[in-house]
Amino acid sequence: MTNTIEELEKDATVIFLIGTNTTENHPVIGYKIKKNVRENGAKLIVADPRRIELAEMADVFLQFRPGTDVALLNGIMNVIINEGLQDKDFIEKRTEAYEDMKQVVEKYTPEIVSAITAVPAEDIVKAARMYAAAEAGSLCYAMGITQHTTGTDNVKSCCNLALLTGNLGRPGTGVNPLRGQNNVQGACDMGALPVTYPAYQAVAVEANREKFEKAWGVKLPTAKGLMLTEAINAAYHGDVKALYCLGENPMISDPDSHHVEAALKKLDILIVQDIFLTETAQMADVVFPGVSWAEKEGTFTNTERRVQRVRKAVNSRGDARQDWQILSDMTTRLGYPNSYASPEEIFAEIRSLTPSYAGITYDRIEQTGLHWPCPTEEHPGTPILHTEKFSRGLGLFHAVEFKEAFELPDEEYPLILSTGRQLYHYHTRSMTRRAIALDTHRPENQVQVNQKTAAKLGILNGEKVRLTTRRGSIELKAQVTDILNEKLVFTFFHYGEAAANVLTQGEALDPIAGIPEYKVCAVRMEKII
Amino acid sequence: MLKLTINDKEIEVPRGTMLLDACQQAGADIPTFCYDPDLKLAGSCRMCVVEVQGRRNLQASCVTPCENNMIVDTESANVVEARKIILELLLARHKLNCMVCEKVGACKLQEYCYRYDVKESRFAGEAAHFTREDPNPFIERDYDKCIMCTRCVRACEGITGAQAINVKDRGHHAKISTIFDGKLADSSCVFCGQCIMVCPVGALTSKVSMGKGRPFEYEKVLTTCTYCGTGCMLELNVKDDTVVGVTSNRDAQLSPVNKGALCVKGRFGWDFIHYKDRLTTPLIRENGQLREASWDEALDYAANRLNAVKAQHGPDSIALFSSARVTNEENYLAQKMARVAIGTNNVDHCARL
Amino acid sequence: MAEEQRVLLKYADQIDPKIAEDYIKVGGYKGLEKARSMDRKALIEEVKKSGLRGRGGAGFNAGMKWSFVPILDEDRYVVCNFDEGEPGTYKDRIICEKNAQALLEGMAICGAAIASNHGYIYCRGEYPFVVETLKEGIQSAKASGALGDFNIEVRMGAGAYVCGEETALIESIEGHRGEPRFKPPFPGVAGLWAHPTVVNNVETFACLPYILTNGAEWFAGIGAAKYPGTKVLTLTGDVVNATYFEVPTDYNLRDVIYKLGGGVKGGKKLKAVQVGGTSGAFIPEQNLDTPIDFDSMSAIGASLGSGAVFVMDETRDIVDIVTRISKFFEHESCGKCNPCREGTWRCREIMEKINAGKAGQKDIDNLMILSRVMKNAALCGLGQAAPIPIDSTLQHFAYEYSCKLN
Ligand SMILES: Cc1cc2nc3c(=O)[nH]c(=O)nc-3n(C[C@H](O)[C@H](O)[C@H](O)COP(=O)(O)O)c2cc1C
Ligand code: SF4
Ligand code: SF4
Ligand code: SF4
Repeated sequence: MTNTIEELEKDATVIFLIGTNTTENHPVIGYKIKKNVRENGAKLIVADPRRIELAEMADVFLQFRPGTDVALLNGIMNVIINEGLQDKDFIEKRTEAYEDMKQVVEKYTPEIVSAITAVPAEDIVKAARMYAAAEAGSLCYAMGITQHTTGTDNVKSCCNLALLTGNLGRPGTGVNPLRGQNNVQGACDMGALPVTYPAYQAVAVEANREKFEKAWGVKLPTAKGLMLTEAINAAYHGDVKALYCLGENPMISDPDSHHVEAALKKLDILIVQDIFLTETAQMADVVFPGVSWAEKEGTFTNTERRVQRVRKAVNSRGDARQDWQILSDMTTRLGYPNSYASPEEIFAEIRSLTPSYAGITYDRIEQTGLHWPCPTEEHPGTPILHTEKFSRGLGLFHAVEFKEAFELPDEEYPLILSTGRQLYHYHTRSMTRRAIALDTHRPENQVQVNQKTAAKLGILNGEKVRLTTRRGSIELKAQVTDILNEKLVFTFFHYGEAAANVLTQGEALDPIAGIPEYKVCAVRMEKII
Repeated sequence: MLKLTINDKEIEVPRGTMLLDACQQAGADIPTFCYDPDLKLAGSCRMCVVEVQGRRNLQASCVTPCENNMIVDTESANVVEARKIILELLLARHKLNCMVCEKVGACKLQEYCYRYDVKESRFAGEAAHFTREDPNPFIERDYDKCIMCTRCVRACEGITGAQAINVKDRGHHAKISTIFDGKLADSSCVFCGQCIMVCPVGALTSKVSMGKGRPFEYEKVLTTCTYCGTGCMLELNVKDDTVVGVTSNRDAQLSPVNKGALCVKGRFGWDFIHYKDRLTTPLIRENGQLREASWDEALDYAANRLNAVKAQHGPDSIALFSSARVTNEENYLAQKMARVAIGTNNVDHCARL
Repeated sequence: MAEEQRVLLKYADQIDPKIAEDYIKVGGYKGLEKARSMDRKALIEEVKKSGLRGRGGAGFNAGMKWSFVPILDEDRYVVCNFDEGEPGTYKDRIICEKNAQALLEGMAICGAAIASNHGYIYCRGEYPFVVETLKEGIQSAKASGALGDFNIEVRMGAGAYVCGEETALIESIEGHRGEPRFKPPFPGVAGLWAHPTVVNNVETFACLPYILTNGAEWFAGIGAAKYPGTKVLTLTGDVVNATYFEVPTDYNLRDVIYKLGGGVKGGKKLKAVQVGGTSGAFIPEQNLDTPIDFDSMSAIGASLGSGAVFVMDETRDIVDIVTRISKFFEHESCGKCNPCREGTWRCREIMEKINAGKAGQKDIDNLMILSRVMKNAALCGLGQAAPIPIDSTLQHFAYEYSCKLN
């Protein structure tokens, strides 16, 4: 997030949510948005293919066809530009390439966009005016924006919109991706990415590589690494022979599970470090028992870049070992001797190589976490990014054209399938299926289907159905509802027993981020008799 | 500034200060049930009444604005009498089973009865009974212990925005209920447990923690939630080296993102920690089966195999998936291992999934 | 002095309350005209000077109440309290049935004083027929142009006694549970939807046209000096003429009962009078020579309240009556605050025990301490006043209680 969570409660006067079911996936952020809307009269724009909970209290609800995000956002910008509502001063002083973007956006009139997205033109206009007029407009998104073959384009469009209206760098504004898992932000910050070292220092930049070679005392690889989805494909094709999997469960979380399974089976060796024998661990050659978050010291970085402490509450059981120790031991055995006394010592090394974390110490965050960038120990942290300039200097507009999703419905697979999360479970459910109350409350997967579609297929609420895509099929219960339209069905990916990722496609990914298109694939649904 | 005399002590407070805060400033400890600084004021429990010279009635200090030259007595005979009688009135209808109550040690009713030496109620008689099983797996609702402070209602509305519960019926029969007096699961409740957090007595408790330990028995360890990216702070309740529950800390310093608010996963999703099938020993596959192994054996085995793959196919034939679940420190070590020890940039995690 | 003095009810049954023109013919809407020609502040001064005090029970100076309303850039509301939930009270209904236009005019005058165009009448749920009268009356007044741009909406109450309490009434209009709010803030500052709101009783509003047309001095000269004007009383119980009267406020209670009321039914002796509705004190025979005005009543530990006068003859069982009253309060407590929610329940329990002859002195002691705490600590007037009948009878009719103790 460029801005903080608290601003969504206190400062934002217009909140634009796109592709985030905030009350289910970031519940506490959802509370804050509700409070701002109810108590301070903040305006709320919700764009989502489903009438999610927050849509009920939205001033404008844009129920668009999945995968048409770019068109929708371009349409909104078209209205803003045509009505002269853009922040001209901001555009002039703080951005570049405005004209390029404008040229593309010109074509996306509300009428044309309405035809693409199925959103009434007047709602597009209304949303545009509302967001543009905001004293402080905050745009938040989540996986609904990113999990597309056009995910990067979608994100760029969000940035365009914020730049166009000058909604950046001030309290209550910003482009705010809500990160799904507790420490995605931190994992990225730490360079658990194929193309960057810690703090997004690009591997491809020689100076960076030299810096890390010096610090770590070895020659570092120069070849671009594989992204997770690419690595699975490479394993399938025999190019990757060994996989070390730390606290991940690709069997459930990655697209096209049959493909993943085949890929993992081809590996020479699969090493899994986890706290449970997950679906992936069951296929492993070696399993290392790590410890849960309640048994370890360390830090997490939340979605607003706040680095906070994780504290050990209980000792781990049996022979389970601290994950950092396992990693350190493995590193030594792989030919790079190293040893650390504690996570705090590791953090000290992180600080020395990660400029944005340099000023953060365990002592400083003993009470209250700090927002990076925090370059020195005197620095108070940076709750709001880009207040004076962007990291690259000027904010760059992108000319983004709308592209259809990779796999659209056809006669054989007439519906669109989107997958996502729900309030009561987390990711691959390895933890929440063992949290008895959560699992008792939501024990099995369901697919949400519009009542008309259900009626046509002769399906009643709660009846078993089969979902089939080109990749496979699963059986689960139907939840008949009117929160989505007749063309769309929605299911949750948490459940190994009816694993949604058996259905999803992993063939075409976002070309830059490698993200699978979990929000759109073509599916057939039938009643099981 | 306004000048007040509270228990013979002169203090100054800014205009707009409530009497309760002024009393606290003057060092007086005022008992409250319904007052909660983060919620809409109710002024209904009347425990915080104080005597203000010249006023006909006792004043509920939480909702009485300070005025210049007020002379206040926070423990006058009338005040103490009122508090005792209120406690006795509450006890007269309370399901008094402190011996087995989850709230023992953190119960305000208990605390104030002790403070005002209320041993029993002179009003013991008939009382309405509300106990009814609510089949949800999260929240135990025992309204025979409810003191009708409505903090749960105000937290549900004011913190979570769920508006799942409200006061229903009137007078002595008034109670907290969902809109049709039904199950929580059929209401707009999202099981965040904010109601449990604010309940001053044992009326609302966690079913997941039930029987595992009472407030005075466990230690609280402040940590960051392990689920979504919001980064809520929560307290793991630890008894005998075992996590027995989750509570939250409402101090904005200690809990800057959520100020005590949690969601259902954060508050009730902790018991996987000690789940019976936790991995406790390294495993190695042998003849198609995973078998237990020592650490040295497992680490050596894994390292040897990786080294062999590297020797044969080069470092880029190895990939490492780190995790958005583990700490920064561990992520750092993981990517470092890939880069320095294996010699590949094939490191990624599930950020995109 | 044994005559009624009719001001509000002067044209009772001679004019149709639904028809503005009828009212105008007898001088109606002149007061509003005058009010509108006056400076807002001068108008409030005039009302203050008249000494008009609230007729809903609390007896607060009406002009004073209006003067607290801040005139800022926001809506303000004029609310008429026509909840009339006190058993035995029906004077507001009589005023509406006989002279509804005076109420409408009074509200519009208040509107002129606080620069508001929005009026609400919150009408007791049991009075659906009066609602019709009011609605037609409003329509007629609007049509005649007499109200100008002042609008009045009628809202039906939910049948809860506590909704007569002004803040509970406001909550109820807002669509919430009818529960009192704590005060301050008073409605005058933050009332309906948190906007400044004047809440006055029907009778209070209905006095205003006459004050404006005849002048503040004229009104101040009627009845008791500190609580001037007339008061509509409703007589119930063991009295010959169980009906309503309008009298100057210095009229005394004995005359109300014996002259206007024609004395106790069947020539029996009087045991007690309860003035002001269910929460009123029981007045023994020896205190009858007291003027009915607010302050004189207070002086004998009673209250004028709504102006209901309930007469009990010598055969009445005081403890039994008070037991029934305690049931009423137990039933009507909204349940918001501890002293009242639980206190009214225990009062009823103990009263029933006494009434059944099963109680001892200890119970009386408990009742007394409970009464005191309720008066001291309950949130609203209901809980504070609920123990008054108990208290006043324990004081004046202790013997009747002691007869029932075991
Ligand atoms: C329990 C309770 C019930 C009340 N009921 C009424 C009522 O029915 N009618 C009324 O005018 N005032 C009633 N009041 C008084 C109102 O709260 C308020 O004082 C009154 O409407 C103000 O109008 P006034 O100043 O014109 O009397 C009641 C007060 C309490 C505490
Ligand atoms: S359940 Fe607890 S919080 Fe809710 S009203 Fe009762 S005592 Fe108060
Ligand atoms: S408590 Fe809920 S909202 Fe907060 S971090 Fe945990 S999962 Fe996210
Ligand atoms: S005194 Fe009674 S009626 Fe008034 S707020 Fe308290 S419970 Fe409700």
